[in-house]
Amino acid sequence: MSSLSPVNPDPTAPPTQAPDPVIPRDRPFSRRNLVQAVLGGYVPLILATLVVFLPLLWMVLSSFKQPGEIITMDLEILPEGLNLQNYQIAMTTVPFGQFFLNSAIVTAAGASVKVVLAILTAYALVFVRFPFKNVIFMLILVALMVPPQVSILPNYILISGMGGKNTLWGIILPGLGTAFGTFLLRQHFLTLPNSILESAEIDGAGHWRRLWRIVVPISVPSIATVALVTIVSEWNEYIWPLIITDRPDTMTLPVGLTLLQNSESNASGWGILMAGAVLVIVPILIVFAALQRYIVAGLTQGSVTG
Amino acid sequence: MTRQLAPHPSTKPTKPGPAAAPKRRRWTQRTRRDFFVFLALALPNLVLIAVFTYRPLVSNIYYSTLDWTLGSPSATVVGINNYVTFFTSDDASKVLGTTAIFTVVTVGGSMILGLLIALALNAKVRGTTFARSAVFAPYVLSGVGVGLVWLFIFDPGYGVLAWLLRGIGQQSPQWINDPQLSLVMVILVYVWKNLGYCAVVYLAGLQSLPQDVMEAASLDGANGFRRFITMSLPLLSPTTFFLLITSLLSSLQAFDLIRIMTPLGTGTSTLIYEAYLQAFGAFNRAGYSAAISVILFAILLVITVFQLRFVERKVHYS
Repeated sequence: MSSLSPVNPDPTAPPTQAPDPVIPRDRPFSRRNLVQAVLGGYVPLILATLVVFLPLLWMVLSSFKQPGEIITMDLEILPEGLNLQNYQIAMTTVPFGQFFLNSAIVTAAGASVKVVLAILTAYALVFVRFPFKNVIFMLILVALMVPPQVSILPNYILISGMGGKNTLWGIILPGLGTAFGTFLLRQHFLTLPNSILESAEIDGAGHWRRLWRIVVPISVPSIATVALVTIVSEWNEYIWPLIITDRPDTMTLPVGLTLLQNSESNASGWGILMAGAVLVIVPILIVFAALQRYIVAGLTQGSVTG
Repeated sequence: MTRQLAPHPSTKPTKPGPAAAPKRRRWTQRTRRDFFVFLALALPNLVLIAVFTYRPLVSNIYYSTLDWTLGSPSATVVGINNYVTFFTSDDASKVLGTTAIFTVVTVGGSMILGLLIALALNAKVRGTTFARSAVFAPYVLSGVGVGLVWLFIFDPGYGVLAWLLRGIGQQSPQWINDPQLSLVMVILVYVWKNLGYCAVVYLAGLQSLPQDVMEAASLDGANGFRRFITMSLPLLSPTTFFLLITSLLSSLQAFDLIRIMTPLGTGTSTLIYEAYLQAFGAFNRAGYSAAISVILFAILLVITVFQLRFVERKVHYS
């Protein structure tokens, strides 16, 4: 499958290289080949997959267990039944429904604005004449390297001074500028054939029309990549919402999970905490399972071009 | 906004103007119009980046010269006192030491294990696509959720690890109470969460190796291990360099796992965590926290500049 390389979901990319030439080998089912395939191929693969899956499976199984099944010296692997009590307790100890809603709003609003801003900026950087465009692009590149963590104190002072503490807009606003999406889409727009845009220009289409009628429709895979990566990182975002909220009504899921952790500090609370972890992890796991091609591509971008 | 963007009929640049119109004037009109279009499209994003990414860098430098309790209306200018305090107290060796150990071990661990997994994923057997997604999955999951799951596994009383150790007649170590073991625990989980990223990037590198060269070596009788050491590894060096830089940058910014697994930062307080604790923990020492952030940023800047120079040289000489 050609998408094994850090996938470039870009339809205009050059075709992948020709299939490997066939080299003569042993017969496919010879003993030597089978042993080699099992030891060299399957065993490491299965091991690696298990190391990833077992902790997550353990999380799900434990979330259905009663305290008595967890506080025991003999490990009980399977829960006695699909008992949802831990989920109920988790949701009544802290307002998980509210956290879920807050996370959904922050993710949806933050990600949509970021994607639109990335499209507009990348289009401007590639297709619109402007002095010092390279300098502007360099400044965006440098911003990509500035970790948000070193900005939290000044941003906290600014946002709380504006009254944004314990508000959803206070959570969303500082993250809206997007260097990553701009960078990724700019690199993609540069590969678009100029001839299409020139002919549209001759037909009298202005920038606005060229952007939405031509550039965006033929860039859907790249935009989807940016959108998905943005959604995942907004959903998981932790340090900023942790600092800017201290009341449950505006907390996002990861912050709310910390709140749950603080109130379930003894060993009998593990089942409840695992239920909380499931609520945070599983939505992203589902999105990832469905669309991993784009997410992996977006997150590993740059590795091949260097 | 749209008004500026919609082309006014009279300024349509490409419509052939009256034959007499001088060429230069049409060009100027188009340039001016593009100037405003550019601003309308890019300015919102650029302003946001300036306010929330660049301004904090300057503010941090200013705050770092203050003796200031977060939330207090007054602050005293103390010059470089915060830096002096940091470097002359135990904090420097403790925090910088923890940062160095955490960074070196997590970067080294994820890269070496990532490469091994990439080699496994590169095998010509069925199921590699699935396994590739599986090992990448932890990288996209919430650090908070992942941290809790592993905290349960490491629980000295009722965790899976304690149970396994009891099976071989061992007591579980006190992962939480012992500062050194806390660091080991956080490092292990961090590597678990991030090695899939290294594996997938290395896999891409392996798959872009020139097949004809590798096959020639294979026909020459070089065995797999020899081929790997003498050919794959050197050819992978751009990938290794890329991963080294990205992993260094992200390890230096690791926060979520440390916060969830060791909230007090005992034994696990890296620069970023110390900056957080000083400002938002018990002390509210905003100026001191800002000084630590500036030190962290300086380190990140050095790495970034080093990377840019290296890439530039590579581009120039190849």
